[in-house]
Amino acid sequence: MDNIVKHDVVVIGGGPAGMAAALSVWDNGVTDVVIIDRETSVGGILKQCVHSGFGLHKLGRELTGPEYAAEYAKRVFERNIKVYSDTMVVDINKEKLVIATNRQGILKIQAKAVILAMGCRERSRGALNIPGTRPSGIFSAGTAQKLINCEGYSVGSKVVILGSGDIGLIMARRMTLEGAKVEAVCEIMPYSGGLTRNIVQCLEDYGIPLYLSHTVAQIHGKDRLEGVTIAQVDENRQVIEDTKRYIPCDTLLLSVGLIPENELTKMADIAIDPVTNGPVVFQDRQTTVEGIFACGNVLQVHDLVDYVSDEAEIAGRGAACYVTEQQKDSSLVVDVKPGDKIRYVLPQKLNVNNSQGKVDLYMRVTEPMGRTVFTVCDDKGNLLSKAVKMRAMPGEMEKITVDLSQIGSAESIVVKGEAGK
Amino acid sequence: MNRDLICIICPRGCKMSVDVPDCTLSDMGKPGCEITVVGNSCKRGEVYAISECTNPQRSITSTVRVSNRENVMVSVKTKDTVSKNKIFEVMKVIRSLSVEAPLEIGDELCDNVAGTKIIATKKVE
Repeated sequence: MDNIVKHDVVVIGGGPAGMAAALSVWDNGVTDVVIIDRETSVGGILKQCVHSGFGLHKLGRELTGPEYAAEYAKRVFERNIKVYSDTMVVDINKEKLVIATNRQGILKIQAKAVILAMGCRERSRGALNIPGTRPSGIFSAGTAQKLINCEGYSVGSKVVILGSGDIGLIMARRMTLEGAKVEAVCEIMPYSGGLTRNIVQCLEDYGIPLYLSHTVAQIHGKDRLEGVTIAQVDENRQVIEDTKRYIPCDTLLLSVGLIPENELTKMADIAIDPVTNGPVVFQDRQTTVEGIFACGNVLQVHDLVDYVSDEAEIAGRGAACYVTEQQKDSSLVVDVKPGDKIRYVLPQKLNVNNSQGKVDLYMRVTEPMGRTVFTVCDDKGNLLSKAVKMRAMPGEMEKITVDLSQIGSAESIVVKGEAGK
Repeated sequence: MNRDLICIICPRGCKMSVDVPDCTLSDMGKPGCEITVVGNSCKRGEVYAISECTNPQRSITSTVRVSNRENVMVSVKTKDTVSKNKIFEVMKVIRSLSVEAPLEIGDELCDNVAGTKIIATKKVE
């Protein structure tokens, strides 16, 4: 029989979530924690995010992606936390047996607790069903980012970008700085999913047009992309024929959404939230399988890495408490449900047994809203919490705090958003 | 003149309204030529708004090939912000750089471009 290595906590993924989670486990007193990362060096996607804007909230200064990653990597190495690099986890199960492969062969680790921090991947052309040929020159925005920033390739010279998520906006600027001409950014929704600051500093600064309610209706070209047909869409996101317009280009970047990478999660029979596409979790970021926790973009796609680090600290603390058996009785569970104007709320479940203290609920609205009043009510209609925001956008995560001691005997609580008076 | 701006200092993205008096750039901010900013949530927003209406600044990031390492790029940034109209001038300098490892975060790769320096943002052994 193979040798099985034992560790208290195994963190899967060495990106910002994995590193912050491992640090939090260690800082909460459990020092037998390891990180398994499939890349050669830790840092995850931050390594290719060479732009700045990271760390303002968490570290109090504005850093680039590589600098933010280096800050956390330094802390990991200071604590001598073991990192299995170039190692890919291929299987986990409910008993928390983690199986990974690397150049040495197969590695089996029996963990007391596992933290899932695998991040997310990009939606590809295949998910969109854009008609047309299949020439080269079509990239997901993150792939283009890696080719340019990490490998030094020039990706193209005349560019159209579909999708106005943050990566698409950042790449519009990056391609422009590298000498390419970005002809258009098309967004199928009537609003952008990216941060407002990115629309200003990545598009407006360079005079790049953003076409809202527009999509790519056709792809042209045999070997290399020769152009795309863009068109306006109606309220049902259907192409309006007489708005079709041809734009010659050699490159199309797709920034059309991120999908949490939960293949391992499903192997362990963990319940998945159909809206976030990530695991269902309790307030300590424990999934529906005892002892398995999740944080970062594998759990929900975040806007800011700073918030990923925050969430990872919660999961790390949760895993440390679980291993040291400080966990409280978990028999009283309250469901947290999204109500009017709320797309999802996380955590989806709360343990309220003997629990004092406050829990932050994170959520996204379904559509852009002006002044918004967020409320949390129990199933009898009692108001538990209220927060007012000057505006709320689907692209920006909102937060509301509830006091667990107020929840009492409710079976569920509902979070709602309402246009404010 | 009234200008509507969105603050880009942090991801909060405050919508600000800036009242810019009809003064020459050199008189801006002096008595009678004060710039007023509303809608900002912090002092940094006001500083940004005034700078944006007088001398807009940006920081620039990019990557540079490491000549003595195979297929390795080092990420770089301007140490301070530069005038918005100098962005492409700075990019031209960044593209012409030739750098060698080892490099530490903060190492200077170019000591004077548009009044600032280009520094490494990644360690290369």
